[in-house]
Order: sequence, then structure tokens, then C-alpha cells
Amino acid sequence: MTYQSQAVAKPYFIAAIALFVAQILFGLIMGLQYVIGDFLFPEIPFNVARMVHTNTLIVWLLFGFMGASYFLVPEEAETELYSPLLAKVMFWVFLVAAAVTVAGYLLVPYATLAEFTMNEKFPTMGREFLEQPTIIKVGIVIVALAFLFNIGMTVLKGRKTVVNLVLLLGLLGLAVFFLFAFYVPENLVLDKFFWWWVVHLWVEGVWELILGAILAYVLIKVTGVDREVIEKWLYVIIAMALISGIIGTGHHFFWIGAPEYWQWWGSIFSALEPLPFFMMTVFAFNMVNRRRRNHPNKVATLWALGTAVMAFLGAGVWGFLHTLAPINFYTHGTQLTAAHGHMAFYGAYVMIVLTIISYAMPLLRGRTAANSNKSQVLEMWSFWLMTVSMVFITLFLTGAGILQIFLQRVSDDPQPFMAVQEQISIFYWMREIAGVVFLIGLVLYLLSFFVGNREPEAVVEVRG
Amino acid sequence: MAQVFTKSMARNIFYGGSMFFFLLFLVLTFDTINTLPKRDNRAALTPVVVQGKLLWEENDCIGCHTLLGEGAYFAPELGNVYTRYGNSLDAIKGFIMSRPKDGIPGRRSMPQFNFSDAELDALAEFLKYASEIDTAGWPPNIQG
Repeated sequence: MTYQSQAVAKPYFIAAIALFVAQILFGLIMGLQYVIGDFLFPEIPFNVARMVHTNTLIVWLLFGFMGASYFLVPEEAETELYSPLLAKVMFWVFLVAAAVTVAGYLLVPYATLAEFTMNEKFPTMGREFLEQPTIIKVGIVIVALAFLFNIGMTVLKGRKTVVNLVLLLGLLGLAVFFLFAFYVPENLVLDKFFWWWVVHLWVEGVWELILGAILAYVLIKVTGVDREVIEKWLYVIIAMALISGIIGTGHHFFWIGAPEYWQWWGSIFSALEPLPFFMMTVFAFNMVNRRRRNHPNKVATLWALGTAVMAFLGAGVWGFLHTLAPINFYTHGTQLTAAHGHMAFYGAYVMIVLTIISYAMPLLRGRTAANSNKSQVLEMWSFWLMTVSMVFITLFLTGAGILQIFLQRVSDDPQPFMAVQEQISIFYWMREIAGVVFLIGLVLYLLSFFVGNREPEAVVEVRG
Repeated sequence: MAQVFTKSMARNIFYGGSMFFFLLFLVLTFDTINTLPKRDNRAALTPVVVQGKLLWEENDCIGCHTLLGEGAYFAPELGNVYTRYGNSLDAIKGFIMSRPKDGIPGRRSMPQFNFSDAELDALAEFLKYASEIDTAGWPPNIQG
């Protein structure tokens, strides 16, 4: 750790991991509710578990992005953070807001939460992923503005690297597009159309800039490849991401009442969306193969390579599977969408946050470069368990989705939704088992922070 | 990626390409907003329907159901539930009203929301309004 103020990243990473655990536990509850319909009913209905599962995911990724920024921006800018105090205060504001929101979901019926927070005065609640009470959304904006100000001032007063500029641009876009969460028109079609300006332009737009910048930073560090080379790749990747992804938003506009020309725009441009992810994979492996040094933090390199591969599979390949309008006509709103969502979020965003945590945490905890071998080996086990089980979760949901599509939408005698759900329950059981394996991987991940701390740091074997 | 293709060229493609396609996106959005009155059934947006939409939101219906294919995949699609229930507002209201408070042993069940008659009307009217949006022929059949 070169700058003292980078230390503010640590609580952000710890909070991210804690919320990650909550996310997975509630995911397992939902998975079980798919096959044992009355599990925890009516105490924790499915929709409540789902809000906790998706909202904790988003919030812990945001904690991860913020921690990543506080860690890497000062080092890239070669200066201390503008205000470590502001970063610490905002950490607590954000954590309390997240805790209050989750408690609200779990303790009272959602309608009561809406009434209590006076949703009818300025209705923003009850839309997928943006379920937070309006007052909490205002809090998120305040935290985001304070964070952007802090990071922006740091970038301004220091060295302006491409990594920092791209990261800042991504974070700025994240804040700007979140503002559409406050626009909830009475017209359902307009509502849905602009809801995607948050959701799609985040995950298939500006978040890819954040992902690219963090990946580029870690690759610069662990491979020692010339910054000029990595920055050029970064520009090409994010150029492709936005060129394909912005108009690619159209693949959400096929069946929600928007004009039918979106079927052409959306299909063609979103079909190009796998390209930046493919380039990211080529880029990551190329940089590691051309490395100028062997970094002792091997597991961070593993996470970086894993991110590129899994983001390509989850976001790229599984997205392409159902992005063309004639196919999407049958797949829209089925378990196939869920399959894609799981692997894409894990591969692109969960893994990039775990990559930067894996690189930064040893330094934040006083190591000079890396954890002990023992700790790294355990973390590698967790990498493989979580990643392989996510592949299986995706495959089982894909199986469920294909059967669902056939039985409910394609066969000569289409069956009702619930009748189909019962016939595909074997896939839900297998998904739940894969989910338990994921949890085991997560437990090993947590343990990796506590084992081997007294052992010496891993070192690079020097070849004679 | 030899010297012919420089970093500043890559940067220019990024800024130029993103700007161009964002502007194109704005143009298409503008055209969409102008086209929507012909498709989005806005004539049916009565105060009752608007109240129904608010109820839909304040009870997090999207947390289990899909509406025009978007939402959660735990419970049936509701964009076409009005037609699936034989164009009957009463059938929709009857279903919502009759949910058992403690669920159904071993099975998925919708919670009992204890809606008033006016609220049931509003929800049913909202779902009727949603079913009359021009969705380019989706869903493929009545089962949603």
C-alpha cells in the first residue's frame, strides 16, 4: 500500500463480503421456495426473499466498486485521497441505509413500508431491483455524489491515468442513470422503457467501464506489462461495449409496447455485445502470457482471468442465446433469462469485485504483496467451487428454461404456468444443490481470510 | 495491435463511437415517445387504473410475477391475465380475494392482501389496461 488513505477501502470490502453472504443465504431460501412452495410462508414470502437477494447483490457490488475506487484511484493518481474522512462517513451512511432497507423488507409487509415512507407522495417503489423506499433512494444519491466528489477531486489533483479516467466516467454514468429510478410515469410502457435506462445502461453500459478499469488496473499490477499496451486494450474494449450496448438496450423493447423497429435495432446491436467480452478474455490471457514478472499473489491473477472468461460466457454467450427477437419471442421472461442473469452477474461483476479484493486485501492487511500460500490455496478452492457451481446453476436453469418454453409456449398443447413448473422441478432441485455447493465455496472464501495469517508471505520461485 | 493502431486512435473510437451511438439512441427514443400514443393504450389510463398501478407497485407484485415478461419468474405472467381469465374482471378479483392466509401446504401460494373492494377493482382494471397494450403479438399464446 503506497498511500495511507487507501486504507479506507478496507471497511468497504468487508461490508461487501458480509452482504454477499446475506445475498447467498436468501438465494438458497428462494431456491427452496421454488420446490417447497410454502417454505417460510407467510413469514418470508418469495418476493421479500427476492428483494433481499437482488438488493444486497447490487449494494455489495456498489460497496465493492467504491472500495476498489478508494484503493486504486490514489495509487493511480499518485496522491492521497482528497478526503478520507468523507469516505469513512459515507461508508456508515451507506451501510446504515442498506441495513435499514433490508430490515424494512423483512420486518413489515412491503405495503406497510410504502405507507410508512410516504411512497404515495413521490412513488418510486415496487419496480424490480429499485424497490427501495424513495427516501433511501435519495440517500443513495447523496452517498453517490459525495463519493464522486471525493474520487473526482483526487483524480483532478493527481496524475490522470486512463484507468482513473475510465473508472471515473463509469462511476459518473452510474450516478447519472440512477436518476431515472425517480421517474415512474403512470403510463406502463413509458415506465418500463425508462426503467431500462437504469438497469440496462448500468449493467450492459457504464458498469462495463468500471469492470474494464478495475481489470486493467489489476493486470497492470500483476503482470507488469507496459501501461500503454493495457490502456489501448481498455479503450478498445469499452468502445465496443458502448457502441454495441447503448443501442443494444433495444433488446428489452421488443414486447413492452415500444415500436417494432426495436426488434431490428435491438437484435443487431445486442448480437454484438459478446464482442467486448470476448476481447476482454483475449486481453486478460494475452497480458498474463506476456507478463514481465511473476506476482506472488497468484490467486488474484486467477480471479482476473476467471472474470474475463465467466463474463464472456455469462454476459456474452448466454446473453446471445436469447437476444435475437424471433428467439426472444419464445424465451422472454422464462428461466432462461434467470440462467443468463445469474452467470452474467457472477462472471462480470461479482468476480471483478472479488478480483480487486483478492489483490488489495493482503496489502490492506499489512502484507507487502500477497497472502501466505496456505491462504491462497484455500481461496483458489473457493474460486473453483463457486465458479463451477455457478456454471451448474446456469446449466440447470437453462434446462428448466428450455423445458418451460417448450411445454408452455411451443408445444401443440400449451400448458398453464404452474402445471409446467411442477414438471420441471427436478431442475430446480439440482439448482438448489448447486447453490449449496456455492455456499460451501463461499464459506471457504471467508475462511481464507483467517488461515495462514501467521505464515510467511508467498514468494515467487526464482528459476535458476 | 502494432504501432499503426495507436492508443489515441483507440481513445477517439471510444469517445466518438459512444457519443454517436448515444445520440442515435436519443433520436430513436424521441421517435418512440412520439409513436407510443398509437400503441400504449393511454386512453384507458383512468384514475382507477392509475390507482391500480400504484397498488401493483406498493405490494411488490413484480417480486413474484412477470408483467409483459419482466419481473420474477415464480408466478404466472399477468400482462395477459385478463384475456386468460376470459376477459373477466370478476375472475381476477375472485382469485386475489380467495387466497388462503397461511398458504397451501407444500405449494406456492399468493399471499392474502386483504384488499378492499375498491382496491380489487383498481388492480383488475390495471391488469385489463395492461392486456390492451400493443406488445407486437407477445406472449406467444394464452398461457403467457
